[in-house]
Amino acid sequence: MNTMNPKISSEADGQSVESGEAVPLREQPEETIIEEGKTVGKPFADNPKFKLRNVSVAYGKDRAIKDISLDIGRNEVISFIGPSGCGKSTFLRCLNRMNDSIDICRITGQLMLEDEDIYSSKRDVVELRARVGMVFQKPNPFPKSIYDNVAYGPRIHGLANRKSELDDIVENSLRKAGLWNEAKDRLDSVATGMSGGQQQRLCIARAIAVSPEVILMDEPCSALDPIATARVEELISEMSESYTIVIVTHSMQQAARVSHRTAYFHLGHLVEVNETNKVFTSPEHDLTESYITGRFG
Amino acid sequence: MPDKKDDVYGDHISHTFNDELMNLKSEFLEMGGLVESQVDRAITALVDNDGHLADEVRATDKKVDKMEIELDEEATLILARRQPTARDLRLVVAVIKMVSDLERVGDEAKKIAKFAIKLSEEGQAPRGYVEVRHIGNHVLAMLHDALDAFARLDSEQALRIMKEDKRVDEEYQAATRTLLTFMMEDTRNISRCMSVMWILRALERVGDHACNIAENVIFMVKGEDVRHTPVEEAEKVVGR
Repeated sequence: MNTMNPKISSEADGQSVESGEAVPLREQPEETIIEEGKTVGKPFADNPKFKLRNVSVAYGKDRAIKDISLDIGRNEVISFIGPSGCGKSTFLRCLNRMNDSIDICRITGQLMLEDEDIYSSKRDVVELRARVGMVFQKPNPFPKSIYDNVAYGPRIHGLANRKSELDDIVENSLRKAGLWNEAKDRLDSVATGMSGGQQQRLCIARAIAVSPEVILMDEPCSALDPIATARVEELISEMSESYTIVIVTHSMQQAARVSHRTAYFHLGHLVEVNETNKVFTSPEHDLTESYITGRFG
Repeated sequence: MPDKKDDVYGDHISHTFNDELMNLKSEFLEMGGLVESQVDRAITALVDNDGHLADEVRATDKKVDKMEIELDEEATLILARRQPTARDLRLVVAVIKMVSDLERVGDEAKKIAKFAIKLSEEGQAPRGYVEVRHIGNHVLAMLHDALDAFARLDSEQALRIMKEDKRVDEEYQAATRTLLTFMMEDTRNISRCMSVMWILRALERVGDHACNIAENVIFMVKGEDVRHTPVEEAEKVVGR
């Protein structure tokens, strides 16, 4: 496997002889060649939460992630942006091993959460996912009551000994998710009867009920209206005081609003990581500039 | 309208966005051209004692003001509709600021025209007009080059204009001294020389505005703000 083969251009990669794989080349400035494993800007941080080095992911013969190294800081909100199929969701799902269920998916490189290997054979995946929670694109509450949705995680992880403790966890989580006032009088009604925005905030409440350290969000607002989006974004900035948040988004304005750093992915490469303010006013890499200004994507 | 292929603002996926940005750019240049001719004609009106031309300059300033409002409105609409980023954002922000500079240059031209009328009515022998012509030509060239640097996104030329500003200041100081000697020679010259002094001051301000435009061009091209920094710093930014 040539996943660790450094410094080959995407062009060369697109016509790679040894694997015969065909990476679709999108419309992009012809002269731009991405050096594998080379990221401009500030991909590293001091004392990071996640330390990710030379990560490559392949689905069978298709390489989805090509030699990416990145640190994710504590209490940082970092957003992943890039055109469809650039690998940002794949990379996000590596962080709590959501790719495990895909048989042909092969991950190489070093992925460390607090100096512990995420992919160690001794790692308890259930425990990992309690520490690294996830919120998906479409709200996916269980077809149970609002209360049971939030209480589900604490119950299976045995976080509460008494009913009153569980009640507290549910209330706190719903408060943190900004949903308590709307939900407190209907805790027993079925969650799927809520509006889309409420359901998404319920999913966030469900994720934080098990006291995670990190929350991964895969396009959390793409199915929500602007008001619900604003609520979730407000929530993200509040939550960043207690959690590390990684957010994949197609809305560049959203990345600009909520995140501290922004990472730009392109055809499986991590092209640029920089402070969000810099990325949206004067990005370093031409490809980043072309994408965020709507010149291709 | 410039050819889309040759313009860095003309290669978006959205063609209407291309058109909006390129319109903004070309209308800004149009306003720049008008303001340039206003300054030129105001100086000519003064030197040639042409009160009629000076009246025209004063009337045309209304058109400059109108263009300022239109350009600001267009820029605001682009911000609201497109939420531009990176170089597109820098273009829009820079235009909003540079439009104010152009409008003020227009005001300076109007001021010069006003003095031209006053001085032509007094009808005395010209004093200090050589200096006015000289500094006038100098700042006009700076303004022209600044607009040219904007049109071609030429940060090196913008840097040259920033350097030029110091020379204008020196020329202004020298001209002030000359006028002071005229005033000392004969106190009856004072009122007239003071008017010319105001004109020189207006021209010096035109140089400052050209310099502001040049700084904004560097911001557009390099993404770094070089206002209120020494020229050496700006030189480093442009050299990057």
